[in-house]
Amino acid sequence: MVDAAAHTTIDFAKASRTALADQQLRGNFRRAMDGLMSKRAVQFADSREWHAMRALGASVRLRALSKLPELLEKLEENCTRNGIRVHWASTTAEANAIVLSIMQRVDTRLVVKGKSMVSEEMHLNAFLEEHGIEILESDLGEYIVQLDEATPSHIIMPAIHMNTKQIAHLFRQKIKDAEYTEDVARLTDLARRVLRAKFAAAEVGVSGVNAAVAETGTLCLVENEGNGRMCTTVPPVHIAVMGLEKVVERLEDVPPVISLLTRSATGQPITTYVNMITSPRKDGERDGPREVHLVILDNGRSNVYADAELRDTLRCIRCGACMNHCPVYTKVGGHAYEAPYPGPIGKILVPQIEGLDRRGEMPHACTMCNACVEICPVKIPIVGIMGRLRAEAVHPSSAVKDAGARASRTEALVWKGWAAANASPLAYRIASGLAARLGNMAPSSLPLLKDWTNVRTKPRFAGRTLHEMAREKGIADV
Amino acid sequence: MSQERPSTVYYFGTCLIDLFYPEAGMAGIELLQGQGVRVVFPQGQSCCGQPAYNSGYRDEARKVARAQLALFTEDWPVVVPSGSCAGMMKKHWPELFHGTPDQARAEAVAGRVWELTQFLVNVLDIRLEDKGEPLRITWHASCHAQREMGVVDEPKALLRQLRNVELVELAREKECCGFGGTFAVRHPEISAAMVGDKIADIENTGAKAVVSGDCGCLLNITGALEAGKRPVRGQHIAQFLKERTHG
Repeated sequence: MVDAAAHTTIDFAKASRTALADQQLRGNFRRAMDGLMSKRAVQFADSREWHAMRALGASVRLRALSKLPELLEKLEENCTRNGIRVHWASTTAEANAIVLSIMQRVDTRLVVKGKSMVSEEMHLNAFLEEHGIEILESDLGEYIVQLDEATPSHIIMPAIHMNTKQIAHLFRQKIKDAEYTEDVARLTDLARRVLRAKFAAAEVGVSGVNAAVAETGTLCLVENEGNGRMCTTVPPVHIAVMGLEKVVERLEDVPPVISLLTRSATGQPITTYVNMITSPRKDGERDGPREVHLVILDNGRSNVYADAELRDTLRCIRCGACMNHCPVYTKVGGHAYEAPYPGPIGKILVPQIEGLDRRGEMPHACTMCNACVEICPVKIPIVGIMGRLRAEAVHPSSAVKDAGARASRTEALVWKGWAAANASPLAYRIASGLAARLGNMAPSSLPLLKDWTNVRTKPRFAGRTLHEMAREKGIADV
Repeated sequence: MSQERPSTVYYFGTCLIDLFYPEAGMAGIELLQGQGVRVVFPQGQSCCGQPAYNSGYRDEARKVARAQLALFTEDWPVVVPSGSCAGMMKKHWPELFHGTPDQARAEAVAGRVWELTQFLVNVLDIRLEDKGEPLRITWHASCHAQREMGVVDEPKALLRQLRNVELVELAREKECCGFGGTFAVRHPEISAAMVGDKIADIENTGAKAVVSGDCGCLLNITGALEAGKRPVRGQHIAQFLKERTHG
C-alpha cells in the first residue's frame, strides 16, 4: 500500500482547494493558530532573552550535527551499556519489521503508543494492524484522530483541525456507552476511561524521542498528559522510535533544547511531564519495563546530511511553531499536505525524504514570507532551503532524491527568454517599452493571467516606463 | 544602520515599478532630490533577478543580476523603493555570486543597498510637512521589508509625521498578503484566501487608503480590492508622501 503510493505525485493544489472550501476547518485553524502564536509570544516577550536562547539552541543542534556519526555511535554504546537495545533501520520498512519482530517475540496483541511523528512517517499503525496487532494512540489528540480514522493535521496538536462539537459527536458515535457532551473535562474523562484499561493490558508501549543524549545514553520525552510516562513504564516492553538527527551530545544540552521546544510549541516554559529514560527496570526496582528498545531511523536523512546546505533541515526539534506562524498552513491546515510533516518544515523535509518527483510541488506552496525563519527556535534557514529545493526540482543533480524530475523544457525556455530580455539594456528597453504600451491588451483568459484575475483585476501597465520618465525629467544616468 | 549623508545616490527603480507604478518610482526620486541629494538612475537597469531566483532558475537570475552589478560602480548608496527587491540585492546577491568572480563586487554593492523609507528616515532624517486633507489610512508591511531588510518602524514613522493623516495599524500587520511572486498564479486559491483575509483586516481599520512600500503586494491587494469593488484605494508610500507634501 505504501509502496504504490510512493510512485504517485501528490496534488497539493487539489487538496488545498478542498481544505479552503471548508469554512469550519478554516475557522478552526485560524482560531487555534492565533492562540498558539500569542502563547508563544508571551514566552519570548524579552527579545534579548529570545535571541540568546535561540543562539544557544542553534549551537547545540549545530554541534550535534557537526559530529553526528560519532555521537550516534556513542549513543549506541552508552544505551547498550545501560541495557537499552539499539536497532538501526535505514528505511521505514526496516523499522516496521524491527518493531514487529519485537512484538511477535513477546507475543502481544495489544500495544499502546505515545505521540511519535516518526511512527507516522513509518505508517506504523497501519502496518501493525495488517499484522493483527491492535495499536492504540494514548495522546488525547492522537486518540481523537485515530477514532476518526484520520491522520494528524499538526505535529504537536494532531486534532487541532477539529473543534469541541466535532469531537463530542465523534466520541458519542465511537466510544461505547458515551454520552454526548461538549464539556472538555468530561470528554477527557471518556477518553481516560478507555485508555486506562488499555495501559494495564498492553504488553508493549511505543513512544517517540524528543532528544537522545549521547554521553549518557538517555532518551528524553516531553508530554503533558502522563500518557507518555504510562506508555514507557507500565507495559513490560518499551520501544522508542527516533529519527537519527535527534541526538544531542551532552546532558547539559537538553535544557536549552527542551525549553525552546515547549515554549515554541505550546507556550509552556516546561511540559507537565519530562521523562528521562536511561535503562529498563533494574534488579530490585519495583516498576519500569523489563526491556527498552531504541529504533533509530535513517529514511533518507543520511542523504540530507551529506549536503552542507540541506543538512540544516536536520536541526529541527519538531516544535511546530513554523506551522503556527505559516500563512499558508493557517489557511489550508495540515491535511492538505498529505504528509507526516506539514507546514514549512514539511515543505523542506518531506521532499528530501520522499523525492522531488512525488513532492516537487511542496517547496512551491510558500510565499517565502519568512515568518517561519523569524520564529524558528534553532534558526533553520527554511526559506533558503526551499529555494534550493526549487532549483533542485528542475535541474538534475545527485544532491536530492529525484532532482530534475520537475524539469520542463517550456518553463526553462521562458526563464531563458526572461534572462535575455533583462540582462541586456537594449533588449530590456524594447521589451519593457512594448509591455508598458501593449500589455493591457492581453486578454484575461491567458493561462497565468486567468489565475490572477479570478479574484483580482488585471495589473495595469502604466503606458510608459520609469526609465522614460527619468529621461524626460533629466535624471542623471551615470 | 546609519551613515554619513551622501551627496549622490543610485536609484534602482525595480521592474514592477518600471512597468506598473512609474509615478511612484518618480516620487521616490523627487523625495530624495527634495533633501538635496543628487539621484543617479542608471538607464541600463532592469530587474534584481528575484523572479528567476525564487523559481529555482539561479543561472538565469545570476545573468540578470550580473548586468545590474555592472551599473553601480561608484561608492554611492543604492536606494530601492521596494523592500523585496532591496532584500534580494542585499541578502541574496552575495549568496548568488558566492564562489564566482563577481563575489566581491556583489558583496560591495549589497553593503550599500537601502530600502527607500529606511534611507529617508535613518540617513536623511527627512521632515515632512503635510498639506493634505484629514485622512485615515493603514500600512501594509511587506514580508521582505520586515524580515530581510529589518524595515518595520521607518515607514510608519514617516506616515506619522503627516499631521492630517491618521494611521490605524492592521491587526495582523506581520501576515503575508499572499502575493509571493509566482505563488499567486501557482497556487491561486491559497493566494486568494490570503489576500481575502488581508482585505478584511484592511477594511476593519476603517481606512480610506492602504499604503505600502512594495509593488508586488500592491498589485495583489489593490487588484483584489478593485475586483471586489471595495472603495479602499492602494498606493505606494513614495507617491503617497509626495502627494501629501506637495499640496
